Amino acid sequence: MKTASRIVGTAFFMTGYEVQDAPRYGAERRGAPIFAYVRADKSPVNERGIIRQPDLVVVADDTLVGMPAAGVMQGIDEHTVLLINSHENADTWRQRLNTAATILILPAREDIKDRAELPYIGSRCAAACAVLTNVISRDVFTSALAEELEQLGEKIVKQNLDTALTSFELMSPYAGIVKQSGLPSAADYQQPGWINLPFDDAAISAPAIHASATSVKVRTGLWRTMRPVINYEKCSGCWWVCSTYCPDGAINVTEAGLPDIDYEHCKGCLVCVAQCPPQAIEAIPEHLAKEQEMSAADPSGIKPPGDSA
Amino acid sequence: MNRKLLTGNAAAAWGARLAQVDYVPAFPITPQTEIIENLSLWIDSGEMDARLVTLESEHSMITAAGSAATSGVRVFTSTSSQGLLYGMEMIYTVAGWRAPFVMVNVSRGLSSPITLEPDHNDIMAARDSGFLQIHCATCQEITDSVLMAYRLAEHKDIRVPAIVNQDGFYLSFTREPVSLPDADRAAAFVGEFDPENLQFKASAPLSQAMAVLGGGPYSYFRYETHLAVQRALSVYEEVADEFASAFGRRYDIIDNYRMDDAEYAFVMMGSFATKAHDAVDSLRNAGWKVGLARLRLFRPFPQEKIRQLLTARRAVAVIDQNISMGMGGVLHSEVAAALYGLKNAPAVLASYIGGLGGRDISQVEFFEMINELKHASDKSEPLPPRLLYTENELTEIRKLQAIAQVEHADIQQAGTGQAETDRK
Repeated sequence: MKTASRIVGTAFFMTGYEVQDAPRYGAERRGAPIFAYVRADKSPVNERGIIRQPDLVVVADDTLVGMPAAGVMQGIDEHTVLLINSHENADTWRQRLNTAATILILPAREDIKDRAELPYIGSRCAAACAVLTNVISRDVFTSALAEELEQLGEKIVKQNLDTALTSFELMSPYAGIVKQSGLPSAADYQQPGWINLPFDDAAISAPAIHASATSVKVRTGLWRTMRPVINYEKCSGCWWVCSTYCPDGAINVTEAGLPDIDYEHCKGCLVCVAQCPPQAIEAIPEHLAKEQEMSAADPSGIKPPGDSA
Repeated sequence: MNRKLLTGNAAAAWGARLAQVDYVPAFPITPQTEIIENLSLWIDSGEMDARLVTLESEHSMITAAGSAATSGVRVFTSTSSQGLLYGMEMIYTVAGWRAPFVMVNVSRGLSSPITLEPDHNDIMAARDSGFLQIHCATCQEITDSVLMAYRLAEHKDIRVPAIVNQDGFYLSFTREPVSLPDADRAAAFVGEFDPENLQFKASAPLSQAMAVLGGGPYSYFRYETHLAVQRALSVYEEVADEFASAFGRRYDIIDNYRMDDAEYAFVMMGSFATKAHDAVDSLRNAGWKVGLARLRLFRPFPQEKIRQLLTARRAVAVIDQNISMGMGGVLHSEVAAALYGLKNAPAVLASYIGGLGGRDISQVEFFEMINELKHASDKSEPLPPRLLYTENELTEIRKLQAIAQVEHADIQQAGTGQAETDRK
């Protein structure tokens, strides 16, 4: 989405607009919601930070709409256009969201079932923005995309562009539906709702969270894109190497003295792969590992020999 | 004209590149790392002729920066937040060495709790160190200020390090149009690094040391650093004039917007000031005589300019994106000190603290500040300091506290159960 915002920002800029574009993220981890925003105007953009009342909201991953932490629906009102990349239709979303906003659908590709697999989604969304604002021409969009993805090479630029340009056809009935709005006016504004902060006892106001064993409950293994797999035929049993290097304490040692990776919590950093003296740990893409797991007789994955657990 | 979209971090890196720095000691920290990434890419590709070294901490990084600067090379470095604090011992030390270099700080709120987003408490911690401080409001200003900062830091009357400050996220990760100065003209503006200013000569090795001193001599050196930092006020004017004639952009010590006939004024620093800029326009359209005074130079503190600017105003709102625990806004205290005893000082000098950890200050909040100023000045009553917070924000934190309380009750119960098991 950061790249999408940059493509849109550059396209506006090339069209002669003053622009501000920025991504916003918290602590980095796979699966965390991320958003980016673009402001464009004929005069210099002085307003900053998250857009409070967006004219257009584009949702690439429709599972985020219902997630309060993602804040997709914040500041959306009757003037907002909400474009959702989804397998479902606009009526379904209208009923579900009960919003005054105009809902449009960017049809999700039929062949995509896993939301982690959204190829070229940034470019498709960026192209949809170009059409819906009806300010950016196809040529300018093409140049902007090429500029932003230049480092990835010609082939990837072309693949992105081919996919992105389909949005131009899909969205053309809605060209120009997005209308630019202004900032609140000092002549007529709603009070900000200021309060005098109450004094709270330290037991309440200290920023500490007390809970037991939360690191066990949080399945950080879901963040993994690559999976380390131990080949026990090669493993020399020097468990103190890999289990010590593992920054997450996710390599246990069995009674037989063999390392055992805890996939519920392994984040896939692959430090163990780099450190293993007999090079007995292999890295395989997580999605391939999952497929293998599904087809294997033992769904719990590879276990060290002699481990009955 | 070479005008392109750049993040604040890229703008900072361009400043270092255009100043033709020789040495970049580095250590990564969010939201500053992109500066180092840009510089290392350019050095790797040969577009920039410099040496970049990653050190093992900010403490070492600032030591390396000070050491290199005193041994005849132009130095650039950058950090943020916890990193700045980790290097704080050396921040004070290298300023005492009178080592001239430029550091970009990407402001980010301090722990605890942890945030990645900006406020000015990190940079305020370096306030008394002897570093000059230039605060930026746009990405354009970051590139330009790095160039100007070298002129100030390396000036033979001043010779102290300088910090160019930008806000994390609001500038660091935000792209805006930036006009890049022409490389030759930038090099001509900054000039060659003059090692003789530091009594350094190539192939003539020398040791440099600091002595342990008591009261009188110690005071002399501390006072002299203070006077050197103050001298930067007048040198700044020359540098700003020269910059304006070279590049057509003027940066005053205090950036005033619609202040001429203003009855009410916002006083603040950093990128949130461009938001206040829009608020001033909207308030003016609604009939209010409002202006904005944004301090670019915070160290040295432009006391005399503050006096000239704020006397005879009806009321002033000082907005601090920092909080000195047990006292309040740092800028507010300093502005109040500058105005003390003046007969025509504004009757109302209100303190607003906000924008901590990236918390937004909305247009509506700027409007409401002016509304409060008017009521207070009509009644000639002082306004108590306001910690900007809304009812909605309190409701949200109460929800989080409720969850924390449930967790807490859970473990207490579990703990009691465990104790009973242990007794059995």
